[in-house]
Amino acid sequence: MYQFNFHKADNLSTAVELFNAFDEPMYIAGGHTLIPTMKQRLSAPSDVIDLAKIPDLDAITLAGDTLQIGAMATHAKVAASSLVQGHCSALATLAEGIGDRQVRHRGTIGGSLANNDPAADYPAAVLGLGAQIVTDRRTITADTFFKAMFETTLEPDEIIQTIHFPQVDQAVYLKFPNPASRYAMVGVMLTRTAGEARIAITGAAASVFRAAAFEEALTADFSLPAIDAVTLPAETLNADMHASAEYRAHLCKVLIKRGVNALSS
Amino acid sequence: METIELKINGRKRTLHCLPNATLVEVLRDQLHLTGTHIGCDTTQCGACTIHVDGDAVKACTVLAVRSDGSEITTIEGLAENEASHPMQKAFKACHGLQCGFCTPGMIMSAVDLVNKGCAVDPAAIREGLSGNICRCTGYQNIVAAVLQGASEMQEQSS
Repeated sequence: MYQFNFHKADNLSTAVELFNAFDEPMYIAGGHTLIPTMKQRLSAPSDVIDLAKIPDLDAITLAGDTLQIGAMATHAKVAASSLVQGHCSALATLAEGIGDRQVRHRGTIGGSLANNDPAADYPAAVLGLGAQIVTDRRTITADTFFKAMFETTLEPDEIIQTIHFPQVDQAVYLKFPNPASRYAMVGVMLTRTAGEARIAITGAAASVFRAAAFEEALTADFSLPAIDAVTLPAETLNADMHASAEYRAHLCKVLIKRGVNALSS
Repeated sequence: METIELKINGRKRTLHCLPNATLVEVLRDQLHLTGTHIGCDTTQCGACTIHVDGDAVKACTVLAVRSDGSEITTIEGLAENEASHPMQKAFKACHGLQCGFCTPGMIMSAVDLVNKGCAVDPAAIREGLSGNICRCTGYQNIVAAVLQGASEMQEQSS
């Protein structure tokens, strides 16, 4: 790891001011992507700005029907939260399945979203549940937040503050983890609200995406026969040493079917 | 140089470190607490697992400077009055180690699992230890050791 200067921010505006004062700054949340990347010298910030001391940035609250999760909430905290379990147990299950225990004690929801790893779990939750990302300056809907592999619509100095999850009628998250890394080879968040099906898929392509053809078919008729003829084109999916694009396309459909079964029973 | 204050194994320490020093480097190189091992150094193997403010974490992936004000327990801090911790005894009794390199991390993860009430059965223990890799692949005895250590820890606390 190259040398850098370290700064602690005690509020959001100080963090942004610090960020804009340096040449190659970087915020640090849980650090479980940033530190390994810095060790490999793939990232070499001149200045690292710590967000951990900003008060209440990890709070989990319920405001009416909206679950609000602070960006610095760790995966372990989200998984164990009775508010999360009560509002959307699929979200708690998803958090419980990220990485391993030690990683879940440090990694954060805000860090995961800002990083937008193509195989991360949280992007599927945010997109599938139709969440809103509240930053230090605006609110971004999930549908416009994720741009491309490791890219979001966040400005370089913008900080995620909270993620707002609306109430959905039903939700299930199904993941086919890579057995070694526990990252999603394919992860599917399937939700239903007032009959409308919404499906977000992570791990399969360069960035999380919605499976529009499946959503349409399941909104019209929430049953397995309704999606019998629907397929996901493999052309745009990832192929690597772990799985071919065709295999990932197949896994997507299998997991969607399991999700339909889970929500129908 | 940054100055940090930590409570390590019950003792307050003031340390000076560079911002890019990881917690495991400071523990081993400055405090000579070499029971915490560096295995993969890439957040995978769990040999460097310690407890920070009551949670098991991988010390290779924590900047020491961010641990200012934390309470840390390493494998050296488990034994009380030179008597091995029940989990350490169970690993010995069940032959839960072969080469022993992964063992400090395994034990720190296992104690965290029991403290959080998650070491309920072999399947939960296997899942709970998924962040710790044993390259001797002696997992059967490790799981047996954690089960025995868990029941001994519960007996001791009741």
